[in-house]
Amino acid sequence: MKRTLGILFAILTACFANSGGRAQEAIIQLGPDKAAAISTLLMRGSTDIDVFAPILKGFASISPGLRIVYEQRGTNDIYDLAAKACRGGTNNAAGAAGAADLLISSSIDQQVKLVNDGCAQAHDSPQTATLPAWSNWRNEVFGLTYEPAVMVYNRQLIPPGEVPRSRFDLIDLLRSAPGRYGGRVATYDIEQSGLGYLFAFADSQQATTFGRLIEAFGRAGAVATCCSAEVIDAVAEGAYLIAYNMLGSYALARAAKDPRIGIVAPSDYTLILARAALIPRRAANAQAAKRFIDFALSPPGRRMLKKAALIVSFDEAAKAGSKILAGAPANLRPMALSPVQLVGLDRHKRKIFIQLWRSSVNRKTAK
Amino acid sequence: MTDWTRSIATRLAAAIALILIGGGIAVTWAALEYGRRAAEEAYDRLLAGAAFQISRSVAVLDNEMVVDLPVSAFELLALAPEDRVVYRVDDDAGTTITGDGRVPVAKKRTDGAAYYTAAFGGEGMRFVSLRRQFAERAYVGGVRIIVGHTLRARSALAWDIARNALLIVVAAGVILVGLTVFAVRSALRPLRRIEGALLARDPKDLSPLDVNAPLEVKAMVAAIDRFMARLARRVTGMQNLIADASHQLRTPVSALRAQAELAQDETDPDRLRAIIERVHDRAVGLSRLTDQLLNQALVIHRSDAADQSLIDLRTVAMRVSEETDHDLASTEADLRLDLPEDPVLVQADALSLTEATKNLVNNALRYGTPPVSLSVRQIGKACGTADIAVADHGPGIPEAEWPDSGRRFARSAGADKVSAGLGLAIVNAVAEAHGGRLEFARLDNGAFSAALRLPFVSEDPS
Repeated sequence: MKRTLGILFAILTACFANSGGRAQEAIIQLGPDKAAAISTLLMRGSTDIDVFAPILKGFASISPGLRIVYEQRGTNDIYDLAAKACRGGTNNAAGAAGAADLLISSSIDQQVKLVNDGCAQAHDSPQTATLPAWSNWRNEVFGLTYEPAVMVYNRQLIPPGEVPRSRFDLIDLLRSAPGRYGGRVATYDIEQSGLGYLFAFADSQQATTFGRLIEAFGRAGAVATCCSAEVIDAVAEGAYLIAYNMLGSYALARAAKDPRIGIVAPSDYTLILARAALIPRRAANAQAAKRFIDFALSPPGRRMLKKAALIVSFDEAAKAGSKILAGAPANLRPMALSPVQLVGLDRHKRKIFIQLWRSSVNRKTAK
Repeated sequence: MTDWTRSIATRLAAAIALILIGGGIAVTWAALEYGRRAAEEAYDRLLAGAAFQISRSVAVLDNEMVVDLPVSAFELLALAPEDRVVYRVDDDAGTTITGDGRVPVAKKRTDGAAYYTAAFGGEGMRFVSLRRQFAERAYVGGVRIIVGHTLRARSALAWDIARNALLIVVAAGVILVGLTVFAVRSALRPLRRIEGALLARDPKDLSPLDVNAPLEVKAMVAAIDRFMARLARRVTGMQNLIADASHQLRTPVSALRAQAELAQDETDPDRLRAIIERVHDRAVGLSRLTDQLLNQALVIHRSDAADQSLIDLRTVAMRVSEETDHDLASTEADLRLDLPEDPVLVQADALSLTEATKNLVNNALRYGTPPVSLSVRQIGKACGTADIAVADHGPGIPEAEWPDSGRRFARSAGADKVSAGLGLAIVNAVAEAHGGRLEFARLDNGAFSAALRLPFVSEDPS
């Protein structure tokens, strides 16, 4: 297995600060180079290369002769390219980017839309059969990861007794101490971040708390911003006290290294996101893509995902007495891969929802 | 004929298989059709429910149509979990407000909900189209809501329903086959019992079978019993014949032998002639006896075996008259015929009847007093009887002996020793074989009459 460690590890493009760009943010190639490879697997994903590389390496080690190319892109970018390729548009819409063999995106609504538009092909295997119904739709889109939406707080600046355990606590906290928290609560800007919109829309479906929550955000002058990494850094440094609806995988990875960061899985309910993988209908190397999905769902693959904090096990965290992750795992609400995800993508619905958001939360962009 | 056509079980199995296959095909078709319709109805309602929910979410806000797509509509559609979903909301101008503008519209325009199937996105889809009317300051008119989904859940449900129906049919078929096997076995069991009863029976035992049999098999048992009764009669007849023959023939043959032995030692020509005279007498008697015995055997045989046909008693009388004239040409006795003008029809065996009548005539000619008459008479009209009667003016048989005179060897006082006493027994046997009887009567003019009385058959075939 070590012979595939002739890995060409090349981050060709540096990380763009803004994900709105059309080009890939980063690219990594594993396995033999183009001349020596028997076949190539082209993957596009929204997951950071740093986080995802171990899994790619694990797959490369069991796939001799396979050249693996992973393009890290923004979710909208992934969707636009796939939709264009599906409609039979030019395969070279973005330079070298042809139709990919595998798409893994955290924008599960967009992935569901691709499947709904008939842009994916089915894959049925013993591994996919182990998936629960909510993370497998039509055997065409699969939830590979298990990442909670969490609240991140600064452990030094928020006394333990004040740490909100649920959304109710957060609302009460913002109401009771508007001064202390004014301008120091952050959440995703749902107009810019697909993930932020996804979480916020899911929140609006889950409970009536949502109206009071965004009202409280508005009153406390919550900051709508972008990008997990920067927000979590700001929390660690004390610029923000609490960040709401952060992706647990990033937060946990950071909290493991940084003791200033505390994480709460809200006890009223915790949204669970599973990054959605699908194989485009016109994939050139669907076989390899299917093998990658099976690998990611197999016990070794799941161990690697767990290690990368892409699969968060509340049971194991509780057993280990983790101080990082706090919260009750009783109310986990997985976001199902189903046509219901299409509602948020409807342009009227989106417009109405964003208007509602804007009217409550004062927009402040902190870059 | 091949072997399998002989087995009731195989034929029944083939018939049932045929019924089951035919019924199976019909039921399969019906089940598939029923399943398809049930699934279509169920999922059409789902579609319509979602479309109504979406239609309620359309509003006119700030001079603009706004669709606040309800999540519940999609949760409803997600009840068909494997199906892709499309929707489209249009205004009256045909502009798509939201949704996918490529979704096909219904061909026919209806006020209520219209359902249609069309291919979209490379897959067959079912759509519902419905309208909602608006009368607002900003917009007067309607919106059309189209919701569609793919057919996976429908097919699955249709197949599920059909499969359950088919399972029931298959189970019913298996039960039916089992019941049939059981029914055939139990139906054929009496035959086995009859077979056993027949095999276990003493070869000489011709009594009726004592077997418990169902109604359908009883007919066969009755037939077997009838057959055995006939066999028993014939065996009895045969045994009687043998007994008669041995009994009747022994004495005359011994007498002949004694006379012949006398003749061997006799030298006197006169006495020798007297002996020869006696030998001749004995031989004549023996000859008549043999005739009668054989006649009786023949008549008894025919009465059971011969086919009876429709014959005219007058023909019988005429034939008897001819043959008697021929036989008794030497005697001066006269036979008078007394026949009606119309035919007198009976169902009978002509030969037995002729033989029996001849016996009566011979008796009258031999023992009676002339004139002897042979008459045919019909008594009653439709369901009456017919007589063929012989009358003479002699003393006849004394009235006390009438009941017994039909028995064998019931020799009347008037009969001579050359008579074997079989004549009337033959007549009696023939009468019984034809469902009639032998009747004696003393007529008003003093004549003695012996009649063979048979059931009369109306000439009119109706």
